[in-house]
Amino acid sequence: MSWIKRHLITFAAIAVLIYMLVPNVIVAAFSFNDPKGKYNYNFNEFSTAAWTNPCGAQGICESLGLSLQIGVIASLAATALGTMIAFALGRYRFRGRSATNLLIFMPMATPEVVMGSSLLTLFLMLGVPSGRTAILIAHIMFCVSFVVVAVKARVATLDPKLEEAAADLGANPTQTFMRVTLPLAAPGIAAGALLAFSLSFDDYIITNFNASPSSITFPMYVWGASARGVPVQVYVIGTVMFLLALIVVMTGQLISSRRNRQVA
Amino acid sequence: MSEQSKGDLSLVALTKSFATFTAVHPLDLTIPQGSFFALLGPSGCGKTTTLRMIAGLEEPTGGRIRIGDSDITETKAYQRNVNTVFQSYALFPHMSVLDNVMFGLRRRGDKDAKAKANEVLELVQLGQVANKKPTQLSGGMQQRVALARALVNRPDVLLLDEPLGALDLKLRRQMQIELKRIQQEVGLTFIHVTHDQEEAMTMADSIAVMNAGRMEQLGDPATLYEQPRSTFVANFLGQSNLLRARVNPGGTDEMVTVRAHDVDLEVSREHLPDGVGDVWLGVRPEKLRLGESGGPNHLRGIVRDVSFSGVATQYSVEMPWGQELIVIQQNDGSNRATLGEAVTVSWAAQHGFALDASQDAEAGAELVDDHG
Repeated sequence: MSWIKRHLITFAAIAVLIYMLVPNVIVAAFSFNDPKGKYNYNFNEFSTAAWTNPCGAQGICESLGLSLQIGVIASLAATALGTMIAFALGRYRFRGRSATNLLIFMPMATPEVVMGSSLLTLFLMLGVPSGRTAILIAHIMFCVSFVVVAVKARVATLDPKLEEAAADLGANPTQTFMRVTLPLAAPGIAAGALLAFSLSFDDYIITNFNASPSSITFPMYVWGASARGVPVQVYVIGTVMFLLALIVVMTGQLISSRRNRQVA
Repeated sequence: MSEQSKGDLSLVALTKSFATFTAVHPLDLTIPQGSFFALLGPSGCGKTTTLRMIAGLEEPTGGRIRIGDSDITETKAYQRNVNTVFQSYALFPHMSVLDNVMFGLRRRGDKDAKAKANEVLELVQLGQVANKKPTQLSGGMQQRVALARALVNRPDVLLLDEPLGALDLKLRRQMQIELKRIQQEVGLTFIHVTHDQEEAMTMADSIAVMNAGRMEQLGDPATLYEQPRSTFVANFLGQSNLLRARVNPGGTDEMVTVRAHDVDLEVSREHLPDGVGDVWLGVRPEKLRLGESGGPNHLRGIVRDVSFSGVATQYSVEMPWGQELIVIQQNDGSNRATLGEAVTVSWAAQHGFALDASQDAEAGAELVDDHG
């Protein structure tokens, strides 16, 4: 009885972990299913058919390619813009700074449905055709906020004395930024970029408002397919994305724990 | 090691004003090449601002900075051959110790960066940790990395901003000796900013005492201690007993008598500022003796406090007019006194100094233990 008492926290933690991971496990399990009929709701028979032929469902790899493309471009652009904004906000005092600080949160606070529909209105007014370009502009816009938040947190912890030390040792402003500031801000920038990528890759609502029939992203494909029965390949891609995310996070953990071990 | 420093550092009417106050009033100071110089003062006295202006990290609002014949006032920090050891060390956490030390050399494209860096790391006895990250080192070791990183560039002037402030007492004593050794070995000009008067006196060839943005006095440690020219210096560098007195007319070329609380006391004429009538007569506690010493200067009082500290005993002796004099006696077996005993306090005339009485007798006294 006391043994259970002592390990209560462990049990609670395990229960929460199971709760969080069950969906991923189900997805992974059903990626090995050979469904009877068009719905992949009951586990029928073990099969690796979907894994050996991930592009087997019509249009799935085209939509995945488009999502990856948009995700990469949007996260790169948002990271570049967001990093600059974060440094400006974190390092300098200027007119409109606090207003900028506040406004940067607006895209995060606005309901996606509202933002998607208003963007569509804006694009129609300006004559920007729906499709890939419109989606990119929208994605970069909402990703910037998240990058700013991630990078700003990091910039706030940077010791300005380090930049003074670099200047004192003969580094001009460019060298100081490249050799001291940027490497130190890198973890925040990387976190911002990853967050931006997964937000862009995942986005359905805003994308849907601004898409054209030739610009079907992966989330739109899955949504569209769900009415007719989701192909097993979607489960395969879902599992791969989950594993990729896991690898990225674990690598990050490994690097930082190695660093900490050196410190200790 | 070779020497190519370009000359003395001179500050000419160097000034730093902010919107609401002046951090450094026009300051004129020449620091000889190769000397170990200390800027000493309480926090907020302008010493760090002065240092940062020399480094190029703060822009002066007036005046010039020269090294030898070249005027560096307008140059940027990264263009100056001046390096700083920061109070917080400011080591680059993402680089190894060796990369930190090579940073300055690499910016100048030095081909022998690695060899020079290793040589300096040996000098500060850190050769074995060259590949570690700064965060893996103890405070004392980080301090030496910061020193090595600045030294390796062989700057015209090396600035030390409270470099030992973060270390514990024992390590600080050790590093004081170490720093002095290294300075003598490399022969560079060191400017050491500190609020610790003992540290400044131990290490520096000469000291500029600063207070409220102005230089109070400049001199070698012994002169500053024996002949302070202001109550601030008298109190900030060690303790002083200050007696209110009035200069008697006459006297000889060597000696002057002053009258303090109806007692005539003698003081060397060279320790008396010209043209003042009302003075503070100052005597250091360790210059006072319990008992008659045969000289002209003696006062009678009652022992109100005795504190024994091993090598010495500190007495507090109450004068008839209520003032308590501090007497520090070496524990050489002579002249012990007990609480409540009536004693005579005496001192030699040449150990006293006189200061203009228009100054605050307490100036600087409350700041001695200030850390910041």
